[in-house]
Amino acid sequence: MPDEVPDGAPVQDGPHDDPGRGRLWRALVSPSRGQLIVAVLLAVVGFAGVTQVRTNTVDDTYAGLRQQDLIDILDDLAGTTQRAQAEIQRLEETRDDLLSETSSREAALEAARNEVDTLSIIAGTVAVTGPGVRIRIKEVSGQVRVEPFIDMVQALRSAGAEAIQVNGTVRVVASTSFQDAAGGILVGGRVLTAPFVVDVIGSPEALGAALRFPDGPADQFARDDAAELTYDELTSLDIESVHEPTPPEVAEPQGDE
Amino acid sequence: MIAVLGLVIGIVLGLVLQPDVPRGLEPYLPIAVVAALDAVFGGLRAYLDGIFDDKVFVISFASNVVIAAGIVFLGDQLGVGGQLSTGVIVVLGIRIFANVAAIRRHLFHA
Repeated sequence: MPDEVPDGAPVQDGPHDDPGRGRLWRALVSPSRGQLIVAVLLAVVGFAGVTQVRTNTVDDTYAGLRQQDLIDILDDLAGTTQRAQAEIQRLEETRDDLLSETSSREAALEAARNEVDTLSIIAGTVAVTGPGVRIRIKEVSGQVRVEPFIDMVQALRSAGAEAIQVNGTVRVVASTSFQDAAGGILVGGRVLTAPFVVDVIGSPEALGAALRFPDGPADQFARDDAAELTYDELTSLDIESVHEPTPPEVAEPQGDE
Repeated sequence: MIAVLGLVIGIVLGLVLQPDVPRGLEPYLPIAVVAALDAVFGGLRAYLDGIFDDKVFVISFASNVVIAAGIVFLGDQLGVGGQLSTGVIVVLGIRIFANVAAIRRHLFHA
């Protein structure tokens, strides 16, 4: 012990310079009989200390706790439970809110998608597929003029035609114009020549009926233009050509929408 | 040397025997141990001061333990056992710190 003088402590010249340290040294080296009682008491302390430490480590139950301690622990637990339940309720409300918000958003999105589909087909900006008829108009001796052609388109529209395409290149929409032109017909700004192939999507029976009723398009072509109109009713028909919409220059939607 | 041996023997006995603390004594044993520690450090300090006396040490040891446990027991009867044991621990802790400081001055001159 005297040799272990720490750094910074004043250096002394031996173990016996301090009366206290000297006594401790002597007690360690040559113990007196009086130390016996001290040893007994220290043994008691060591025994009790170790026992308490061990009990404390082993005993993790609530046995041996005071009544007041137990009540405090119970209060603590009750408070914690209450807070946890409040938190659960809050989180559940948030979850319900988010769920309903999500579902209403999805419904709105679904409705918007449906509307976009409908409008796209009407405006002719997407390729469409479905049942319909394929009409072929062959010139026999005359030339096909625009009037019976317009009448035919009109008759098809009356029969519920949902998409019309001429010669695989021109999609007929609300703004498509028809005009006579040299060697053919000007449809939507493009000159088309015979033979014409008109693809129409709609109910095949209704479209067929609209073509062949007496004095209808078929008769009209045969009589006025000496052209031959034939058609096939198809269960599936693709219309690939699309109409490039041009933004309106003067027309504006009414209202604030 | 005998004293140190006694401490070691006590610790070994406690580890080997692993006694169970009676339920009634459970709240008082930690207080008693801290009180005994206070007495031990007080005795060591007195020894270094050269005023150590066997009789005084034994009596202070016993009275420390008894009074500490008694205060806590009284507190339990009054319904303030937890608070009182905290108070006793604080007081004994302060005394232990003071004693250890004096011992340190003797041993390390610092």
